[in-house]
Amino acid sequence: MYRFRHHRPATVDEAARIFSDCEDPAYLGGGMTLIPTMKQRLAAPTDLIDLGRVDGLSGIRVSGEEIRIGAFTRHADVAASREVIHAIPALASLARQIGDMQVRNRGTIGGSVANSDPAADYPAAVVALGATVHTNRRRIAGDDFFKDLFETALEPGEIITAIDFPIPARAAYRKFPQPASRYAIVGVMVAELGGKARVGVTGAGPCAFRATALEEALNRGFDAAHLEGVEIPDAGFNTDMHASAEYRAHLVGVMAGQALAAL
Amino acid sequence: MGNPVTGIGAAVVRREDARFITGAGRYTDDIRVEGQAYAVFVRSPYAHARIVEIDCAQASEIPGVVAILTGDDMQADGIGSLPCGWNVTQKDGTDMRVPPHPPLATGHVNYVGDPVAVVVAESLETARQAAEAVAVEFDELPPVVDLATAQVSAEIHAGITHNLAYEWELGDREATDAALAGAAHVTRLDLVNNRLIPNAMEPRAALGIHDAATGEHTLYTTSQNPHLARLILSAFVNVAPEHKLRIIAPDVGGGFGSKIFVYGEETTVIWAARRLRRPVKWTADRSESFLADAHGRDHLTHAELGLDAEGRFVALKVHTVANLGAYLSTFASAVPTYLYGTLLAGQYRTPCIHVEVHGVYTNTAPVDAYRGAGRPEATYVVERIVENAARETGRDPAELRRLNMIRPEDFPYQTPVALVYDTGNYEQSLDRALELADYRGFSERRRQSAANGRRRGIGFACYIEACGLAPSRLAISLGAGVGLYESGEVRFNPTGSVTVFTGTHSHGQGHETTFAQVVSHRLGVPFEAVEVVHGDTGRIEFGLGTYGSRSLAVGGSALVLAADKVIEKGRLIAAHLMESSPDNVDFEDGAYRLKDSNRSMTIQEVAFASYVPGNYPDGLEPGLSEKAFYDPENFTYPAGTHIAEVEVDEQTGVVSLVNFIAVDDFGRIVNPLVVHGQVHGGVAQGVGQALLEVGRYDATGQLLTGTMMDYCLPRADDLPDFVVDTTVTPCTHNPLGVKGCGEAGAIGSPAAVMNAVTDALGVPDLAMPATPEKVWRELRRQREQA
Repeated sequence: MYRFRHHRPATVDEAARIFSDCEDPAYLGGGMTLIPTMKQRLAAPTDLIDLGRVDGLSGIRVSGEEIRIGAFTRHADVAASREVIHAIPALASLARQIGDMQVRNRGTIGGSVANSDPAADYPAAVVALGATVHTNRRRIAGDDFFKDLFETALEPGEIITAIDFPIPARAAYRKFPQPASRYAIVGVMVAELGGKARVGVTGAGPCAFRATALEEALNRGFDAAHLEGVEIPDAGFNTDMHASAEYRAHLVGVMAGQALAAL
Repeated sequence: MGNPVTGIGAAVVRREDARFITGAGRYTDDIRVEGQAYAVFVRSPYAHARIVEIDCAQASEIPGVVAILTGDDMQADGIGSLPCGWNVTQKDGTDMRVPPHPPLATGHVNYVGDPVAVVVAESLETARQAAEAVAVEFDELPPVVDLATAQVSAEIHAGITHNLAYEWELGDREATDAALAGAAHVTRLDLVNNRLIPNAMEPRAALGIHDAATGEHTLYTTSQNPHLARLILSAFVNVAPEHKLRIIAPDVGGGFGSKIFVYGEETTVIWAARRLRRPVKWTADRSESFLADAHGRDHLTHAELGLDAEGRFVALKVHTVANLGAYLSTFASAVPTYLYGTLLAGQYRTPCIHVEVHGVYTNTAPVDAYRGAGRPEATYVVERIVENAARETGRDPAELRRLNMIRPEDFPYQTPVALVYDTGNYEQSLDRALELADYRGFSERRRQSAANGRRRGIGFACYIEACGLAPSRLAISLGAGVGLYESGEVRFNPTGSVTVFTGTHSHGQGHETTFAQVVSHRLGVPFEAVEVVHGDTGRIEFGLGTYGSRSLAVGGSALVLAADKVIEKGRLIAAHLMESSPDNVDFEDGAYRLKDSNRSMTIQEVAFASYVPGNYPDGLEPGLSEKAFYDPENFTYPAGTHIAEVEVDEQTGVVSLVNFIAVDDFGRIVNPLVVHGQVHGGVAQGVGQALLEVGRYDATGQLLTGTMMDYCLPRADDLPDFVVDTTVTPCTHNPLGVKGCGEAGAIGSPAAVMNAVTDALGVPDLAMPATPEKVWRELRRQREQA
């Protein structure tokens, strides 16, 4: 790890101000990606702005049709939240499948979403549930948030403060884990929201996306029969030693089918 | 007799576990000495390159850097090449071809991770920073990575044509060819035995200390065999004279073979400590372990098994290309030859066997012994091809094995590949395993699986291994550079407690418990009164260490001999004290008793008398402490049957191991808890090889599986509850009747699992590991063909 300065702001505004004053700053959420990267000397920010003591970034609140989850809320807290388990059990279940216990106790939803790791779990829920990402500057629709591999709609210095998840009529998440890392080779959330199907996919492509072909099929009826024969084009899908693009495309269909069965 | 709670055969909870699981263990990295500096190695980023220049100017100026040393500095100090300890004679009678292996590379680098220079600094962070600042100019050379084509690729080491270390053969080629030509059926099979990366929990580490006043060098290090390391570093590498070099292997967190070998880093550390007059500490990080620990397996094999019309094996012919990596590691040459070819008879009466092995250099990490070392590879060949032969000829795989098994009345059995099996009862293990596996119920279970969209398969492995390494005369005649006996010392302290010194080393095996059981049982003293000391050349006379499931069979036998010497000397003292003659004194359960009398005294009372020799036999030396060397007259031959049952998910290709039965014959068992633990761990490693693990390089020689994120070690949730049982035929030639249990799990399980996977898929072979995509592609191929 290289030397860096550590900042611990008390407010979002203060954090953003520090960010704009530093040469090569980085926000620190749970640190589950950034810290290992720094330890491997692959990242070398001059300043770490630790969001852990910023007021009001943590917590889960149900309001009417939505659940609001503060950006600094840990995965373990989402997994164990009575409100989440009651309103969107699929989201609690997804959180329970992230990493291991240590990761879940440190990692935050904001950090995960802001990183846009192609194999992270939360992004599948953000797009499948049509979440809204709140930042210190604006609100970003979940559909517009993930842009590419480790790229989001966030501008430099912008901080996620909370994410609103609309409560679906029903939803389920199924993940095919990479055997070694247990990250998603493919993760699929199938949801029914306002009478319509939404299918969010993580792991398969450079970033999370909605599988429109599957949604159209399910809009004809939430029935496994409708998924049969739906082509998932693998163009642009990830290929690595654990799974080819072709296999990932196949798994999108399989995981969607399993999620559907679990609805 | 013996104590039923702590004696031989008792399931004593391991006494060392309390310190391990409470974090109180003392590992090399835990040891800190005044003034210690920290070493970080500069490693080659290329698989094959010429070193043009090493520029340390900028790095040296970083405050806190003590020194930056290179291979040239090492050579200037007279430090030599790392030797291979086993010379394999080629089939043309010439010696194997061994390239120089400098501890720090000079001239060329030959794999990614090859150490080029060492930075020693006041802190680890400074050393890391400076290591990055060392500018090495490389001239890249074409790398040789692919094993299949390595013999027709560019020469890695000058003068070693075809990148061949050796062409070795064993068995009767002509007779084998003739028998195959006359066989009613010949099963042919091409097999890949995948490269594995050991990943002991504790990475390698070293702390070198040089005492300028006495000239003594002390190296704390993660070694499975500190005396052997001392011998090699002294006699061959010229680090220090043997009597001025002390090697201490304190608590060591696993080895699986990877810590047998003498590596460049540890060698560099002890040399640098003397040169710099500073204690020097190095601890590998996990990335370094992946890159630079010796890897395991990595064979390409073609095998042919001939059967007569009744299904009797008439001949087995095997050709193997074995990857040795960039250099010849300490025991690398022996693994695919004497620990592999000699095991190809398996449990069967195959009359003709011939094996040819090409040991090949590539620009990859050195490959050497890894849990099982040659024997898993041999078992994989034999048990995969036997399984296929059964399928091809329409025979039940269990019954084909039974038909060909060596029978109890055949022992001692001379195989066509050099070994003489002393004892065994293979059918007994097979029958017990079939019963535990409910083999008869398999077809019903298969039907149920099919109803759930899963294909079920069952697979057998009736393995044999040669353990208890090794009869010295035989090993040396076959090229070993050292004897493979073991030493032990049993020392009564004056107050009646016993300190036991063994030349074996425990790095997870539980010797501190099992050896105390053996000695307390033999001497009839309380288990709690026996302490086992290992891992320090300064405290233990000599030893060859722990590998090849040898510790109890060889090291334990040495302790029995030493304990018996103690008992005999004690008999002289007891006889004197009880005013009788030694042949009138019996020893049993810790007490000397006069025949036809109720007079007796405990061995602990005798021990006290030996140290306070007022009333004492004339001419007898005081004290009660004896040493012994035990040289086995043969290998031991653990054997057994493993049965695996898998389910394959039709949609995803995921293979689930749903049942695993291991019935092993380890001879007499000292501690069933420890034995079961060894079987569990070994099976987990073997299942890892079959389903999850592969060490993979890309075409340029970069290690693709260099982290735990990509190299998939088995976890608890990958495994079912194992069913473990034992049968017993005592070893006929060591005093404990034991055979060894450390490697069996890893030897039998890959073949059993892959036989189950190929049974489920209905294919002759699938390359390990049977990963989901590989299996899915096979399923899809079958669907498309249908």
